[in-house]
Amino acid sequence: MYQTLKHLSATQQVGALFVLVFGLLLLAQGVVFLLSMREFEDSQAAQAHQKAVRNLGQLLKTSWALIFIFWLAWLAGDAARLVLFGLGSFFALREFLTLSPTRQGDHRSLVLAFFGVLPFQYWLVATEHFNLFTVFIPVYVFLALPVASALANDPQRFLERNAKLQWGIMVCIYGMSHVPALLLLDFPHYDKKNAFLVFFLVLVVQTCMVTQHLVALRLMRLGHAPAAPQISQSFSWRAWWAGMAAGSVLGALLAGITPFVPGQAFAQAFIACAAGSLGHLVMKALKRDRGIPIWHGEGKAVTGAGGMLDRVDSLCFAAPVFFHSVRWYFGL
Amino acid sequence: MKSTGTAAPVDPTNLRSRLKAWASPVAAEVVSLFLLGLVRTLTGSQARWWGCPPKAEQRIYFANHQSHVDLVMIWAALPKELRHSTRAVAARDYWTKSPFKKWLTSAVFNVIYVSRTREADEDPLEPLIDALHAGDSLILFPEGTRGHADEPQPFKAGLYNLALKFPHIELIPAWIANVQRVMPKGEVVPVPVLCSVTFGAPMLLQDGEDIHVFLQRARSAVLALRDI
Repeated sequence: MYQTLKHLSATQQVGALFVLVFGLLLLAQGVVFLLSMREFEDSQAAQAHQKAVRNLGQLLKTSWALIFIFWLAWLAGDAARLVLFGLGSFFALREFLTLSPTRQGDHRSLVLAFFGVLPFQYWLVATEHFNLFTVFIPVYVFLALPVASALANDPQRFLERNAKLQWGIMVCIYGMSHVPALLLLDFPHYDKKNAFLVFFLVLVVQTCMVTQHLVALRLMRLGHAPAAPQISQSFSWRAWWAGMAAGSVLGALLAGITPFVPGQAFAQAFIACAAGSLGHLVMKALKRDRGIPIWHGEGKAVTGAGGMLDRVDSLCFAAPVFFHSVRWYFGL
Repeated sequence: MKSTGTAAPVDPTNLRSRLKAWASPVAAEVVSLFLLGLVRTLTGSQARWWGCPPKAEQRIYFANHQSHVDLVMIWAALPKELRHSTRAVAARDYWTKSPFKKWLTSAVFNVIYVSRTREADEDPLEPLIDALHAGDSLILFPEGTRGHADEPQPFKAGLYNLALKFPHIELIPAWIANVQRVMPKGEVVPVPVLCSVTFGAPMLLQDGEDIHVFLQRARSAVLALRDI
């Protein structure tokens, strides 16, 4: 089995991986469906069960969507892939800014962010200018955008407004653009199997998040106190460590599809999971600040369709850290 | 039901006029698809039917007005089935200023023009009343002009007069959120921000209700939708 897999071409191997993951998702979907059919005598238990199953279904839906997008991205080729991720950044930033009140004076900066910074960042990925790519937003945009805001002649809450915009750009454009950038790194002896690397990242981070979520639910039921109840009802260090362990061990197991040996894979997965899960916590804090539980809220008039950020925020934090640690380690 | 009252009569002997008559609806369809796509990409144009379901019955929608995009926004938020029979009311002086604006509002949005400057013996509501008699639904911006404050300006009497004449048509308040951030006054490039239109519970003019009381009630019904 292993030998046959090894003799397949890189494309066939990636294809086989997708088949495997779609199969696993299908299996999980089947299990959730069977769980949802379970009947209870007690109506309260039935309700709790229903809620748990719904949560699980939601989580599974996110996984489906993510994997499906990556599958499309893999099929589409370099240019289309960048457009796809660029659109992802666009919609995520749109969501982020919807709930960060801007004033009329920010209009020019917003135009710059959406129609200047975003395409340029992805163009840098496409042309593999990786040195400029890593500093363009944190250095140049950081310094240039407030100039546009200052020229708008509106001092009211200036720092706050600019900080929000910078945050949105960092998470939604900078973070997200590192995912397609992974596809363009040149590893020695890895003959362009970079799709595996993106896959590795997504799978490892998503596994960490799912495990953390499930363990946190269990701990909550047992009456375990969360670490920061004002921010998140579910986050606790014990659940976090459980998620980290699951993600990192999976990473080590997946070493075969990466350019790493198992020890390195474990370490890289650990770093990515830490960035992703803690980033998710930070985004939760931002959401609490805006007074909403999730970006895709029914409760508030201004939140729109999507919930894009809820799904990709951990990836937006994990990707840049993963990208840099990999690049630094291999001296690329 | 779709009346393009402003279209010039077709002269069958004139090739140019015939060509125009054929090309205009096609162009209108193309432009409307393009605008729908653009508005959805930029704003999501989400409709939230909070107080009533979207139904193909005759209604008068009335909403706050902060930007010219409002017109496009509420038009894009309506389901396709309602879009053709629901006509927005727009100011004649602004929207017929250039031939393109006029074509856009009449051929694509199928709006009803009202004059904001009243001439001697003319009822400014007449085109609206005609449209209601023809069975169309209306979208009204009762402030009469774009507001720039956080809260809508006092409503004009038009809504009351229509409600008086057509007591059986439901009045649906609507709150358009966030649109002023897409394109503030004086800017030309729109910015993507999610916007939504919230439709509230239907209201009717009560027997013998005073005009000021009614207009105030209508305005608070719109304003109440802001925080839902």
